[in-house]
Amino acid sequence: MIPLMEENKHVARLLLNTGTCPRCVFRFCGVDFHAPYKLPYEELLNELQKFLETEKDELILEVPNPPPKKIRLQELEDERLDSLNQNGKGSLSVIAPENSNLNVCNVCLGILQEFCEKDFIKKVCQKVEASGFEFTNLVFSVSFPPQLSVREHAAWLLVKQEMGKQSLSLGRNDIVQLKEAYKWITHPLFSEELGVPIDGKSLFEVSVVFAHPETVEDCHFLGTLCPDCFKPAKNKQSVFTRMAVMKALNKIKEEDFRKQFPCPPNSPKAVCTVLEIECAHGAVFVAGRYNKYSRNLPQTPWIIDGERKLESSVEELISHHLLTVFKAESFNFSSSGREDVDVRTLGNGRPFAIELVNPHRVHFTSQEIKELQQKINKSSNKIQVRDLQLVTREAIGHMKEGEEEKTKTYSALIWTNKAIQKKDIEFLNDIKDLKIDQKTPLRVLHRRPLAVRTRVIHFMETHYVDAHHFRLYLKTQAGTYIKEFVHGDFGRTKPNIGSLMNVTADILELDVESVDVDWPPAVDD
Amino acid sequence: VAAPGVAMATEPEAAEPEVPSLVDRYFTRWYKADVKGKPCEDHCILQHSNRICVITLAGSHPVLQSGKTIKSISYQISNNCSRLQNKVSGKFKRGAQFLTELAPLCKIYCSDGEEYTVSSCVRGRLMEVNENILHKPSILQEKPSTEGYIAVVLPKFEESKSITEGLLTQKEYEEVVVKRINATTATA
Repeated sequence: MIPLMEENKHVARLLLNTGTCPRCVFRFCGVDFHAPYKLPYEELLNELQKFLETEKDELILEVPNPPPKKIRLQELEDERLDSLNQNGKGSLSVIAPENSNLNVCNVCLGILQEFCEKDFIKKVCQKVEASGFEFTNLVFSVSFPPQLSVREHAAWLLVKQEMGKQSLSLGRNDIVQLKEAYKWITHPLFSEELGVPIDGKSLFEVSVVFAHPETVEDCHFLGTLCPDCFKPAKNKQSVFTRMAVMKALNKIKEEDFRKQFPCPPNSPKAVCTVLEIECAHGAVFVAGRYNKYSRNLPQTPWIIDGERKLESSVEELISHHLLTVFKAESFNFSSSGREDVDVRTLGNGRPFAIELVNPHRVHFTSQEIKELQQKINKSSNKIQVRDLQLVTREAIGHMKEGEEEKTKTYSALIWTNKAIQKKDIEFLNDIKDLKIDQKTPLRVLHRRPLAVRTRVIHFMETHYVDAHHFRLYLKTQAGTYIKEFVHGDFGRTKPNIGSLMNVTADILELDVESVDVDWPPAVDD
Repeated sequence: VAAPGVAMATEPEAAEPEVPSLVDRYFTRWYKADVKGKPCEDHCILQHSNRICVITLAGSHPVLQSGKTIKSISYQISNNCSRLQNKVSGKFKRGAQFLTELAPLCKIYCSDGEEYTVSSCVRGRLMEVNENILHKPSILQEKPSTEGYIAVVLPKFEESKSITEGLLTQKEYEEVVVKRINATTATA
């Protein structure tokens, strides 16, 4: 029943006797299969005591060597050791004093005791169910108070020393990690209670954070021994974070540690507390293409000095509905390039993707997505959306790749100061792959580096309107500033339509006719 | 090819022609008359809504009067300072020459022997000068407020409003010009 060997008995007795729980005893004896940990606590304790009581005669002789005098003097201050000595009457022959049955474990501080019990798991599961998340599996994460590492270290040093006396060695990996044992016990309970498998790759995460009132007390000496590891940080409530404590433990010499911290660790006054039980769902992504039919609608909220310039934006008109349907906390909008507030995006539209942060609903049929798209499209005549679909985070890369390399086609309404005839513009139709040099336009120079960029106008097609107007269709390399190519931006884009025609040209209207990125894939209607 | 079919209704087309020019759409015109006490040497500063300033000559500047010919333009403003050496790098435009209101930008030499100094008129960092006018000075006279600009200056963010405080508005400038004409006709 008890998975210990004869050679484990000495260490097991020592630990149990100094206030360590049976499951931590198993851990330090290297029990690496799950079943024994899952036994009910009372049964476990009784069985272990029974197992250790056999051959009592053998172990009475095994009294640990008294610690060096210097250490003993320091430890005399320690109340617990005093009481241990009284309880134990100077001998370890009395196994597990009565009161230790209910005592908080001096190593796990209750983690492998009451926090493994069904009652606690049920409490967590109630929270999970009340959170309203939709999930088909889950990943469970747990965070322990920082001094558990200190206590674990103390226990490890003790066990290592005791085993050394038996000419046995103990490596770091020979003991079972607290987190591991906790998972072995609790995962099946969670799975059973919630009816879904535990999956390390799940996007749905349930996290439990434990704390302990004596963290500072237990860790204080580390700050004295290793002040470098505990620098105060703005966003940290305490300097004794788990990472800092681990770092200090790695740096401090064993003998220095022993002088400052009792091995075995003393019995705590209290059990761990549950600081928080939180549920979160990893982001999901929705992609599509949008058309923008308004010349008064920015792509993203237009806010200057904290003041909104226009009441809406493309991203808000789309994301608002997604946020509601996915019951998400927030969103991040991205797209393959962007258009100016006064530019329309026609044709097949511009690819976009929206990250939905912490969504409560994530499972949708293609019919439901279609209905969502209809809902967006009915809600506004300023924008329309097509090819709406769920995508992976990785797939969004395709959209950004296209941003620089791909081509775009535009339609521009152009005004000229001089009267023109149809024949005056026809020569533009014959120009192919025209290289232009664009200095960073003055309108964006305040926020972008000044540079000269060479861009290619692949072709142009003109449509005469009247003596001062014509329409220009053009296909260009991504990243070309079209407005500047037309009016020249104080001669800073060369050549430009004005210089090519030897007139002063201005652009009155601009539409994006196509963004030639073949992602996301088309969705059948 | 017809204009692309748009299924959705768009906003009604704005009643067309007479659209404001590029400068009028995006820039505010500010003036400084008789720069450095030199009569009629008026400058015009075009400030973009993003705070960038384009330094140009005002229409009343002697260089732009009929009969003048520009011989050459030089951004070498002293023996050891040339505005052509100005270089800016990165988003934050490191390395720019800093200009006070009185800082000279360039000198214009005319064929009649006159020479004129163009000043910044606003505090800020020099982004670029217009090399096109070196190769073809006539642009300055043909299109003084667009392609014939002198320089681009980026004022400090916190000074973007205050730098124009000492300058004249379009209306005030026009009044100055009218007064000047009246004064000359009166003396004549």
